[in-house]
Parts: sequence; structure tokens; C-alpha cells
Amino acid sequence: MTVSPLTPTDLTRIRADFPILARELHGQPLAYLDSASTSQKPQQMLDAMTSFYSTSNANVHRGVYTLGVESTDAFEAARDAVAALLNAPSRREVIFTRNTTEALNLVAKTYGAQNCGPGDVIVLTVLEHHANLVPWQVLAEQTGATLRFLDIDDEGNLQLDALDAIAREANVKLVAVTHQSNTLGVRPPVAELVAWAHAQGAVVVLDAAQTVPNRPVDVQALDVDFLAFSGHKTLGPTGIGALWGRESLLAELQPFLTGGEMIRSVKLERTSWNSLPWKFEAGTPAYAEAVGLHAAIDYLHAVGLEAIDAHEHAITDYALGRLAEVPGLQIVGPLTAAARGGVVSFVLEDVHPHDIAEILDRHAVCVRAGHHCTQPLIERLGLAATVRASFYLTTTETEIDRLVDGLLDVRRVMGV
Amino acid sequence: MDDLYRENLMDHYQHPRHHGPMAECDAEAEGQNPLCGDQVVVQVKLANGTIEEMRFTGHGCAVSQAATSMLTELVQGLTVDEAAALPSQAILDELAIPLSAMRVKCAVLGLGTLKLALHRAAGTPLPAEWGDTDEMVWS
Repeated sequence: MTVSPLTPTDLTRIRADFPILARELHGQPLAYLDSASTSQKPQQMLDAMTSFYSTSNANVHRGVYTLGVESTDAFEAARDAVAALLNAPSRREVIFTRNTTEALNLVAKTYGAQNCGPGDVIVLTVLEHHANLVPWQVLAEQTGATLRFLDIDDEGNLQLDALDAIAREANVKLVAVTHQSNTLGVRPPVAELVAWAHAQGAVVVLDAAQTVPNRPVDVQALDVDFLAFSGHKTLGPTGIGALWGRESLLAELQPFLTGGEMIRSVKLERTSWNSLPWKFEAGTPAYAEAVGLHAAIDYLHAVGLEAIDAHEHAITDYALGRLAEVPGLQIVGPLTAAARGGVVSFVLEDVHPHDIAEILDRHAVCVRAGHHCTQPLIERLGLAATVRASFYLTTTETEIDRLVDGLLDVRRVMGV
Repeated sequence: MDDLYRENLMDHYQHPRHHGPMAECDAEAEGQNPLCGDQVVVQVKLANGTIEEMRFTGHGCAVSQAATSMLTELVQGLTVDEAAALPSQAILDELAIPLSAMRVKCAVLGLGTLKLALHRAAGTPLPAEWGDTDEMVWS
């Protein structure tokens, strides 16, 4: 299905919903090109949280009074919205967490700790964000399991040729992979990995922090076993994210954190656990943030995730073309938009990325510079850091043009 | 724009002073700023408890490399105790540009590394705010 990208009229209307885009820095309008770090927020999401706090705030799953009922209903409606967004078979499979990192830690410290042992293998890739690397390192240390890493080619495309050897030598228990590299924008061949992992009897954990915000993500079509994403990259507030997991797997697991909310009955010496999903939600949850996330999801549906995906594709294609005009600039990652999402990393001769980002900031162009929480990947690429521009539903060609103009000024200031 | 990367800073970045390794030195340390990938190796030649020469090698952003270059001139002739007590502000004053908290770490990388080198060679105290760290790696 081909969906038209957002029109200029659409973009103008969408941008008007994001109050921060009216801000000026150093006398110039903001060009926010760091959505892969966090998204900006539409007024509709901000209003939903303000309205909730102004009219319905009460702790969830406790009060028998009207406010408590309204609050609980709103929180659980947010869960339904996440379940629908991911095409989850059941709302019981949606666990609210603080963010992607906590969701991945939850899987490592429950499923991983309860299923991995000495001699077992966890397969990762060199593309992973630290959030999808460090929890598995800790798990391996604690259980005696071993980590194996799939490598990339020089453009960042994941190489699967090591899988046969891994399958022969080891008992693979778990494969954890990113749906899209937050540094390079490449999209690993998840379908092939899932088929391979399941043939080994292993489960697949998908870090979807970079894809849930900008295109349809369907856990049933993907056939993964766990999937994590963050609300704050998805037009929602900070402090809320979600883990989706297969009910058959989640049902067998011992809890992650313990305390209130996640219990059925508590005696002094012994406690029985609540049913899914609350078994994994100890303590007062971020229910107001869940309401904000719900409004954000509604906003994404109103624009259309297919249209957002098409827009990102078009704007990435435009950016790759314009960046190629900057003398000395080298794209790190795939050179065509077809192979990647709306994230472009680059280096500019030997100018340090932090100097580039600092000078671009004087042009009110916001980009990230550094290792992007992927130190092993940056090292694998033989670099110390990159500059990263990332795009979303508000990104315009004008903003890309300003990035390019800023980079030409970087050349002038740095004397290259 | 030009208030950020002033001529003086760019001059030190493009033509660093006392740059390159020293054949024999009395104190040496390496410092890193993993966030940026900045790295410097500081070497010091001492004479009667004073810094005869500080030299450095390294790579990184203009702020980290220019600041370390400026530092080599700033500390020449100081006693090890004076150098160990040199406040971060001294190097920020040399740079004389507005820096965010994150870039301050770049600016004082060379100074921290020098203090570590002196600590190891001459037993001078490390800055109290370092706690029990004896490595020069900003986090």
C-alpha cells in the first residue's frame, strides 16, 4: 500500500500543534532535528494531562469514590490504546514501564534470569543501544550465559552469516535486536532473525523505541516475543513506556519489582501475585503519563502512521541529497533512504562532532553529537563520535536546508 | 557565532602549543571524556618542584584541545602545589567563551589530567570533588 507523504498544508497544520516550535533561539526559529532522542509534544497531549490532573486525579485501582474510578478507567483505557497500537492479541500483554530501558530490564531480570543458565547463549547485534546491551551483559554475568554479537557491514547493514555457526555450537535462548538503529537508522532484517530464533527455540526481544513513534508496528505480524518502546519518543510524556510480551510467557514469570498494586493477597510471610498485566506493575503507576500517552497515540492515528512513515522516508531522501552537497561530509550508514528510517549520522572532515553541534546550535539547529548511547557501534565503525540529525512528522525541507547552511558555516568557522 | 569560537581558541586548536610527546618526563597521565571521545595525554618535566614544561598529545573537540594547549602556557613555571590547586575557572577564563555544563568538562579535561599526573608523580592532592576516583575519566 502506498500512502502519500504529508503535504505542505498538512505539515503547517501539524506544526501549529507543537507549541515549542514557536520558540526562537539566538533570534532564529527552532529547527528541532533530534526526535530520535525525544519527540516534541503536541498541545493535545499536554491538554490531556492538564485536564486529567485538573478534573480526575486520584490514585488508580484503589479508590471506590468517583475520582478513583475515573482515574482507573483512564489508565486502563491507555492500556487499550497501546494494545491497539501494537495490534496486541490481549490487553493483558501490555505492561506499563518507565521507558524502553526499564522494559528491556524487566525482560532480562524476569524471563532472562528465570530461563538462562551456564552454556546458554544470548544473541545481540553490534547495533544495539546501551539499553539493549547492558541488561544482557549483566544477565550473562549473573547466569553464566554467553553473549554472541552479529556484525554489520561498513554501511551498518546487519550480517546474518554467523547464525549457522552459532546455531551449531550453542543453545540459543534469546535474541535481542533493535527494530531500527538509533545511530545509523538502519533496519535489521527482523523477520529473518525471528524465523531463525524460533527454529532454535529462542525468544526474540525487539527494541522498538525508534519505530513505534513513526510507523505501524504489529507484534503479531512481527511474530516477536517481547517488544519495548518509550512514550517520550512517541509524542507522549517522559516517565512512561511499555513492554508487550506474549501472555503465555508473561504468565509463567515471577514478578520484576514487588510491592503494592502487583499483589493479590498479602500475609506477613507470604504473598500471591496479581494477574497480568498488574503483576508487573508494582507501586503507583505513571497513570497521568499514561493518559498523556493515550492522547499522543490518538494524535498519531489522526495524522496516520503510514503517512508519517512516508513523510520520514521523503524527508530522509531529501536530507541525504542535500547533505551530499556539503564538501567533506561523509554519511555514516546506508546512503539511500530505502534502507533506513529518519535518522542520519555523519562526520565532517576532522571537525569534532561536538564542535559541529555547538556551532549548529547558534543557528538554532538542534542535533545530537556523540556516541548516541551506542559506544560499541561507534567503535566498530572506527569513529569517536558522529553528528546525528533525526526527523519526525514535523520536519520540513526548510529545516534540512538550515542544517545544510549551518554545516557550511561550520566549515567557515573551523577553517576547513 | 564568532563569540563562540574566537580567534584565540581557534588559533590554539589549529596550532597547539607544546604539542607532541616528550622523550623523558617526570609525570604523565591520560584523560578521557567518553561522552565526546576527547582524549589527552599530559606529560610534565619538573625541576625543583616547579613545572619546567608541560606537553600534550590527544584528539577531540576544539574546546578540549585548545584548552589543554592554553594550559601548557598557563602552568609553565608554577610549582606542583600551585598547579594542583589551580581552579577550573583559571582555564575557563583563558578560553573566555560561554560554555554549557557539558562543554565545561571538555574545557577542564587537560587540567584534570595534569592534576592526576602531578598526584601520581609528586603526591599532590586530587580535587576533593573527585571523591575516591584516581582516574581521569569524566562521566
